[in-house]
Amino acid sequence: MTKKPTYYHFLGCVIPHRYPSVEKATNLVFEDLGIKLLDLVGASCCPAPGVFGSFDRVTWATISARNLTLAEEGGHSITTGCNGCFASLWDANHELKHDDELRDAVNENLSVIDREFKGTIEVTHYVDALYASAGLEKIREKVTRPLEDVRMALHPGCHWMRPKNIKKKDDSEHPQIFRNLCETSGATYLPYKDELICCGAGGAVRTADVKTALDFTKQKFESIEAVGGADIIVTPCPFCELQLDLGQVEIQKFFEKEFRYDVMHIVELLALAFGHDPDEFGLTTHLQYMQRKIQPNWEVLGIERPQPEDVAASE
Amino acid sequence: MPIGNGFKAENLALSIRRCIKLVSVEEKVPIDIDEVDKDFVDMVKKAGGPNIQSCFQCGTCSGSCPAGARTNYLVRGIIRKALLGLKEECVSSPELWFCTTCYTCTDRCPQDVQPTEVIKAIRNIAVQSGYMLAPHQKVAAKVVEVGHAVPLGGTTWENLREKVGLIRVPPNASGNQWAIDEIQKITKKSGFDDLIGYEEFMKAEAEKAKKKAEEKAKEKAEQEAKEKAKEKKA
Repeated sequence: MTKKPTYYHFLGCVIPHRYPSVEKATNLVFEDLGIKLLDLVGASCCPAPGVFGSFDRVTWATISARNLTLAEEGGHSITTGCNGCFASLWDANHELKHDDELRDAVNENLSVIDREFKGTIEVTHYVDALYASAGLEKIREKVTRPLEDVRMALHPGCHWMRPKNIKKKDDSEHPQIFRNLCETSGATYLPYKDELICCGAGGAVRTADVKTALDFTKQKFESIEAVGGADIIVTPCPFCELQLDLGQVEIQKFFEKEFRYDVMHIVELLALAFGHDPDEFGLTTHLQYMQRKIQPNWEVLGIERPQPEDVAASE
Repeated sequence: MPIGNGFKAENLALSIRRCIKLVSVEEKVPIDIDEVDKDFVDMVKKAGGPNIQSCFQCGTCSGSCPAGARTNYLVRGIIRKALLGLKEECVSSPELWFCTTCYTCTDRCPQDVQPTEVIKAIRNIAVQSGYMLAPHQKVAAKVVEVGHAVPLGGTTWENLREKVGLIRVPPNASGNQWAIDEIQKITKKSGFDDLIGYEEFMKAEAEKAKKKAEEKAKEKAEQEAKEKAKEKKA
């Protein structure tokens, strides 16, 4: 028997602290596909690449390297479901393997906690892990509830595939891998003009000026509207997910314009397509639903839910 | 209301030492080219933007930039100013902080300048020069304090985790004080605490919290006194 592919699961901040449904959906989907996830105990913030990287490059690389050493100790590569975490960990791993001056400065800082960056592991995104360790064929086999007739707009985000000459993953002007993965769910890809623009949250812009950040997001929604609107928006990043999901509530406040899109992380889309009940991973806990006191558009998703009357009758 | 209003001085006073104000492009006065810092280009190269001198000002970066489409942020302009050695112009510009680091410019630049890295390098020098926005100082301090930029933050969020069938506290730094201790040792050693003014910031925060608690207690006491007086009257 071949050994199960195994990764350290790097949670980051937004998934475990604000969108735990993504964490739970990841556990379900990876288990279905026979990929083992181990806790990376004591991992900190990645730290946010556009934020910490903008303040002090060496401290950014040191905190990131500390996370990498946790995985090096156990001898497994890392997988993460956040474009930001992926960017920090992947970039730091790459730069530390190629820049001796930075590596020396980082290891000097790490010496106070008896750690050393060795450069013995790789960093992957869920998208890489799903694509490489499971493969499209195996993923398609697991789909028991294809999301037929669901029109899906994609938001690949930036940091999984850019900068393209360094990450060498996909063509950042015409990305295919994320789309191929999403299409295994049976949903129909809906092209729109601004698919590849940033959600607006990165680079510490959301932190500094939420209204400017939301103006990017609004442009995206308007671009989706221009092609007749989508049933769902799918992204591989929880920070983009927060910006697109909670962002709709905030846009209504700042710009008095109401959008109503269901937003999902790719693992949540796959969990539904694999036949999991939305309550198994808490799809309804998305911040948009909680703040607006609404539910996902079950009918469009093709998911039967007990009617409120039925629930009352059974109680 | 124009976009970028959040950068108005009254909303977002720059913390630490200096304060900058947003000025629209139309209102800007001509730059004094006499004030050059000859070492600035080398500083940028060293801080993480090694290819800055390859720029031939084609403007592909700004033409591709979603931040530039809605704010005064102009990548090409900042790079040109940096190449002229106009350090103060570059580091004191609030527009510097509108880049979302989407890397579209980096992927399209015909000269491999890696403009995103250049901007991040100039931001590093800006922070070293004492220019940092207050919310950025706050988020930097949060990572030092609890190990996460977005902290778990109390029972509401722990309940949410439980609701989806997860353990209340995740196995990251949120549930492991030893991990936070390690982060704090690192940021002290690297000079990050001094850079962002961590101790002063935390002291000021504690002071604020104390003041708030005192005000609350005072209010409560006054309320009680009023009620007592009412009772007496009755």
